[in-house]
Amino acid sequence: MYKYDHYDQAMVDARVADFRDQTRRRIAGQMTDDQFKPLRLKNGLYLQLHAYMLRIAIPYGTLDSRQLRKLAHIARTYDRGYGHFTTRQNLQFHWIKLEQAPDILAELAEVEMHCIQTSGESIRNISADHYAGAAADEIIDPRPWAEMLRQMTTFHPEFSYLPRKFKICVIAAEEDRAAMRWHDFGLRIVKNEAGEIGFEVYPGGGMGRTPFIAYKSADFVPQHQIFSYLQAVLRVWNRHARRDNIHKQRMKILVHELGEEEFTRQVEAEFEHIRKLGTDFPQSEYDRIAAYFTPPPFETGLSDEIDRSDPDFAVWVDQQVAAHKAPGYAIANISLKKIGGIGGDITAEQMEVVADLAERYSFDELRVSHVQNLVLPHVRKRDLYAVWQALREAELADANLDLVTDIIACPGLDYCSLANARSIPVAQKIAERFADYDRQQDVGELKIKISGCINACGHHHAGHIGILGVDRKGTENYQLLLGGSGDENTTQAKITGPGFDEDGIVDAVERAIEHYRTIRDPGERFIDTYRRVGMDGFKEAIYG
Amino acid sequence: MKIITGNDLKSGAVIWWTGQDWSIHVEDAADVGDNGEQILAVEDAACRVNGGYVIDAEREPDGKVRPAHIKDRIRALGPTVRPDLTLKPADPNAGNWVI
Amino acid sequence: MAESGNPVPQAASEANYLRFRDDVPADEPAVSLDSFFEQPNAVSVRIEAGDDPEWLIPHLARVKLVEVDFPKFRDGRGFSSARILREAGYTGEIKATGDVLVDLVWFMRRCGFDSFAPEVAIDPAVLEGALNRYPYVYQHAADDAVPIWKLRHG
Repeated sequence: MYKYDHYDQAMVDARVADFRDQTRRRIAGQMTDDQFKPLRLKNGLYLQLHAYMLRIAIPYGTLDSRQLRKLAHIARTYDRGYGHFTTRQNLQFHWIKLEQAPDILAELAEVEMHCIQTSGESIRNISADHYAGAAADEIIDPRPWAEMLRQMTTFHPEFSYLPRKFKICVIAAEEDRAAMRWHDFGLRIVKNEAGEIGFEVYPGGGMGRTPFIAYKSADFVPQHQIFSYLQAVLRVWNRHARRDNIHKQRMKILVHELGEEEFTRQVEAEFEHIRKLGTDFPQSEYDRIAAYFTPPPFETGLSDEIDRSDPDFAVWVDQQVAAHKAPGYAIANISLKKIGGIGGDITAEQMEVVADLAERYSFDELRVSHVQNLVLPHVRKRDLYAVWQALREAELADANLDLVTDIIACPGLDYCSLANARSIPVAQKIAERFADYDRQQDVGELKIKISGCINACGHHHAGHIGILGVDRKGTENYQLLLGGSGDENTTQAKITGPGFDEDGIVDAVERAIEHYRTIRDPGERFIDTYRRVGMDGFKEAIYG
Repeated sequence: MKIITGNDLKSGAVIWWTGQDWSIHVEDAADVGDNGEQILAVEDAACRVNGGYVIDAEREPDGKVRPAHIKDRIRALGPTVRPDLTLKPADPNAGNWVI
Repeated sequence: MAESGNPVPQAASEANYLRFRDDVPADEPAVSLDSFFEQPNAVSVRIEAGDDPEWLIPHLARVKLVEVDFPKFRDGRGFSSARILREAGYTGEIKATGDVLVDLVWFMRRCGFDSFAPEVAIDPAVLEGALNRYPYVYQHAADDAVPIWKLRHG
């Protein structure tokens, strides 16, 4: 993975000093909160229900053990012993004190980490496929591009006071494991007929209160012009978005209002101009970064056999282990969705366990997925049993990847000042209802996503089953949606009908699932059945 | 009654206006009548509160103060899904008061 | 474009006017974009946040001063406006007016602003710190700063 040189380190250190000074001025009353808020947001520091919340960037979801151990240390020292992995591959701490935030940033800088542009109207953390470098179906590892663009968009002087947040995602396979088309700027790496690398570009996606799926604005942007193209997109949006209504300022709104054709035309005009300015980075810089992402020294001659004699281990292997491109290796998924727990949450002790496993068994590398689970990307098959035993002892071995209990839930009204309803208790109740492992297997792949408000941080628009918490005359109420997806057949979930209270939504979800089981064809997942038959039968089953 | 709440600027802790200063316990919240915005302006300018606002609440028979909206009751106690992190980790009924 | 290390306030009474140029400022007040087109002798023009700077490009030869307004510091359109003017070859003064906060000045300088008339006076000590905080830049903009990738490869 990428390692800072002294330039990168100097920039992060300067940022720490910058924020320390800004915090000092705020605490001394030299700045109002109105003035300080955008500055602290540019360092990921929110004021939430119970305390400040700090969002730490995990670029394209990649971490090493040293970094994870530092996060564990921060959890113990500055927070309340745990952290929360998010739907954008970042980590949040929910109990932070402002007066300690500069010290935390300084500690993060020691391990090449930061909170730069993780919130506010900034270019946010760039996400990528969490199987990058391990999956057989990728054209190349997308992460050098993510790292390149990360640097180029850090402290960008023209694009630091944007109309709204801006989210970028890079994938390199046909299968979209990163919900790319739900981003403001999605990239798929492709090869043209001449074998040259370039990008399909998908601008204009986003969730929130008016979800849109990105469209394709370019079939092939040559690789070394991609930064010019990104600047063109940003400039069109920065110049022409509304600035009078915060709910109408995301780029997806501008794309929708101009229309795809006109937006593309404007972007191409800017692109024509900008790519002559010499702002793109050269091949030598790409090569320098790509050298950090060459495959680790995989052993050869390893066995592809896995000893399945332990039945619990076999269950875990079947659900959690994915194929690796190198013979004898596997991708191990770590569930952060323990039934009865809080999805995405991880204790400091668990972080230490995972750090040890990454260091010992995965070339000192781990990943965070956008569905709030962890990944050990390069595990020898013969080490899987030892890995599983350690995970089990740490309560990280639930075998529920992509199953009904692998639920995404935003922190919701238990933590978040924007929320209308609590989402975690709903996730817990659904998981407990379906806890029986055989039942989970029978239901099969089912991605449930819960948001506590219309800002959609739980990505409910992309849920096979989506749940949206709303405030109905002062009480919590939940809307049920069906048919969303973040994969390459990206779709937006549709609402079923009137909302439910907390117990009602759990029953409604169960009725929807039972209806699916009743009408499914062999081999059909929930989403397949819904796509085949549509809403009507489901609606009737849910509302009677 | 009308009470004032916000977060402590330095620590982020949830605080409630007592009439003289700020407490982390909602039980100490004072009825500010129509003076809420005035008091907030002073306290905000003095950096003694951040993000403060005035809310409705009622005095319960046992003397406890109950904010009208569930969000502020969650702020008063702590996350309903982590009783151990609330102000009343030993009280098994604390969560019921929130809801 | 002349560059001096520290801002030179034009006069004690104009402490809200910080200027990073050595030449003599235009002495005409800036007129609106519409007026500028109606007055062939106008040399100072004001761009509101929603105005399109490209209207000025054919006329840049006669422009000495462009004021770009920031009605609210969060409204970042002015950053693009300034950079577009510099990319078109404009070498005159570009002044940021309005809600110009000290923490934005470094970005503004990089986008081509060389003077500032904030509504609320900026503390020079804080400004000095803010302008000298970051030793490098990651990307090209409208200034002369060499991006890190270029420093890496010589």
